Amino acid sequence: MSKVNEADIRAEVREWIAANWNPDMSLVEWRGKLADSGWGMPQWPQQWYGRGLPLALARAVEEELSNVGAVSVAKSGVRLLAAATLLEHGSDLQKKKFLRRILTGEDTWCQFFSEPGSGSDLAGATTRADLNGDYWIINGQKVWTTSAHHADHGLLLARTDWDAPKHEGMTFFVIDVKQPGVDVQPLKQMNGHASFNQVFFTDAKVPAENRVGDVGEGWKVAMTTLAHERRGADGLPPPSKRGTRVGRIHAEERAETEKANQPYKWYPQRAGRVDLVIDRAKETGANRDTNVRQEIARLMIMAKSAEWTARRARAAQQQGRPQGPEGSLGKLAASNVARAAARVHTLITGTEAMLTGGASPRDGIIAEILVSVPAVSIAGGTDEIQRNIIAERVLELPKEPRFDTGPFRNVRKN
Amino acid sequence: MNASDEPIIEPKRRIQFAFTDEQEQFRSAIRRFLNDKSPTTEVRRLMATAEGYDPAVWRQLSEDLALPGIHIPEQYGGAGFGMVELCIVTEEFGRALLCAPYFSTAVLAANAILNSCTEAQKAALLPDIAMGTRRAALAITEPDGNWDPAGIEVVATRDADGYLLDGVKSYVVDGHTADLLIVAARTPETISLEGLALFTLDAHASGVERRLLEAMDPTRKIARIEFRRAHAKLLGNLDGGAKPIVRTLDQAAIALANEMVGGAQALFDAAVNYAQLRVQFGRTIGSFQAIKHRLADMLLDVELAKSAAYYAAQAAAADDPEWPALASLAKAAASETYLQTAIQCIQIHGGIGFTWDNDTHLWFKRAKSSEVFLGQPVYHRELLMQRWGV
Repeated sequence: MSKVNEADIRAEVREWIAANWNPDMSLVEWRGKLADSGWGMPQWPQQWYGRGLPLALARAVEEELSNVGAVSVAKSGVRLLAAATLLEHGSDLQKKKFLRRILTGEDTWCQFFSEPGSGSDLAGATTRADLNGDYWIINGQKVWTTSAHHADHGLLLARTDWDAPKHEGMTFFVIDVKQPGVDVQPLKQMNGHASFNQVFFTDAKVPAENRVGDVGEGWKVAMTTLAHERRGADGLPPPSKRGTRVGRIHAEERAETEKANQPYKWYPQRAGRVDLVIDRAKETGANRDTNVRQEIARLMIMAKSAEWTARRARAAQQQGRPQGPEGSLGKLAASNVARAAARVHTLITGTEAMLTGGASPRDGIIAEILVSVPAVSIAGGTDEIQRNIIAERVLELPKEPRFDTGPFRNVRKN
Repeated sequence: MNASDEPIIEPKRRIQFAFTDEQEQFRSAIRRFLNDKSPTTEVRRLMATAEGYDPAVWRQLSEDLALPGIHIPEQYGGAGFGMVELCIVTEEFGRALLCAPYFSTAVLAANAILNSCTEAQKAALLPDIAMGTRRAALAITEPDGNWDPAGIEVVATRDADGYLLDGVKSYVVDGHTADLLIVAARTPETISLEGLALFTLDAHASGVERRLLEAMDPTRKIARIEFRRAHAKLLGNLDGGAKPIVRTLDQAAIALANEMVGGAQALFDAAVNYAQLRVQFGRTIGSFQAIKHRLADMLLDVELAKSAAYYAAQAAAADDPEWPALASLAKAAASETYLQTAIQCIQIHGGIGFTWDNDTHLWFKRAKSSEVFLGQPVYHRELLMQRWGV
């Protein structure tokens, strides 16, 4: 491809927008145009709904679209992780079948990786897939599945060879969630919300053509998904700045965002709501207590230092310097901040911390903080796993001794 | 929160989160110098002397690296850099535990002069300091150990051609070897922050009695200084009041925070190295999760404290209005981290960790004295809350 420059690309996309954008179109129709033209995901390959542009130019395109208030392709949830995985490992047939409907938002996706018996140890999955004619038959249980209750397709990691070593006996599939063998049950957490599901597979079927990558290569494929997850897609769509825009398409997008965000309303509380601490101290008068002042200061010092550490990591990255240790610490720092914040909120709130719901201060937000924070040091990798990662990868200390080598059949399981 | 009572404001000017290539090169040059001049054998030799430093090394770091005047403007003979470079120096000195009258002369005294003096006084006092030919000490705290200038009791009484100082200062870093003393005192019949000013006098003047204190950290010498009708000159004017003193203490808190994270890094590196070497139960102790997790937590702690110390230095350099609050934040953060890292470093070393021959105690003692020097964490946390308007 000849060298492209930013001004040309901007001009080209502007012209295309002028000819095609209309806020009274349906969301799916518009996103179909974005997908077919390649302007929706310009960094994707040309033959698959993209234009093969470098990321910097793709950002310029995104900017042009957002300048006129044009809606983007669907990006929420697991769908872009699914797309990235299929682009790298999927067959042409799979790309043809799934990618466009991912971008139009017609299909919703979820991820069947974690199991009750394998949380931190994801490769210990025991959900099985057995080939029977043209179908793989799936049996087992997955858990912590966001969006499974309204998902159309799932990324599934299942065991296909019990005699191979743990990481070599798994295969990756795309499974149709809406079928009789898949039973989706909400998983209610201690804070009362049910943001996740547990999913039971009983002789569920996956057509052979929906296998992604080779048999036994499932772990490698899953690593692609997880790498993209770590790279920043946190499952949350970016905050919509177009709340007041008029037109059918915007109303449809707002409804979609609302639906996608609903399960995550408590996420800010899980992180401890440090932003509320000083206001709460002032409104309760706890700011006059010398002990409370000390604890607030301790918390704020930790929270600000954690924020600056993340910004140091980003600044080093932007300067093209090798990543220092500060880049691996965010998750652990966030756990510490959340726990400290919950403690300080309790100090400030006093006996009222015995209350919940509407009876609790700030219309229940304070109580929700207190019962949501314990999740933060577990979800997305426990503190203990984070410490192992830091110790082994950053400090180059010896790896944990392994007891799960040899045929998986013989490895101790739950 | 609305903007008016939001204490943690977004900085007006852009605060840098990365050092420039030039700053990194500067750091490397200092580190090379210190690897050569300040191995722990030298630290141990110098800490056992009364002077506590090697004049030859002081001369080299002044003449070859221009460090005492790194932050002093060029018109007063300095290198013309700022707070960030000064803090790179203190961080590296803290890491190597260099025994030298740097904190007293460059950080405390030079800043006190810059913050308080008239042009003529700066022109008279700073060039010698920048060249390293005059070592100076700043006397603020008194025997009660209070770091709040409001508690100053030394009195400066007007005399025919200057002032007479009466009273006692203590915890004066390098006060026993300094050539020049700068003293915070109050005019008679004033209280709290009223009537405060900085005065200067020759350290050998009559009416000045200096005594080296027995310091727990022998790498940072401290003195008690008694003034009996000692003749001194006013620095700047009486209108400045406590402001130059407070500003100097805030700058010093940031420089000390950076010195402390340098020391914490040295302790952390020592702990990781030892965990890689030491074998028990047939495996290196660094292979045990109890140690791995402890080290991961220590790393997090050190990196967070570094972020606070660096940010405070950058904010002061950018003259961000929030920088005095950040000085307290960084001082409190670094104090806790330095001491905790020292404690954990000893723990990871096991029995050898609390012996005299092992070097860990050198940094432990610096951590302990730095924890209270310029005010304990509890003091700075309260100051932070006040400065944020909580």
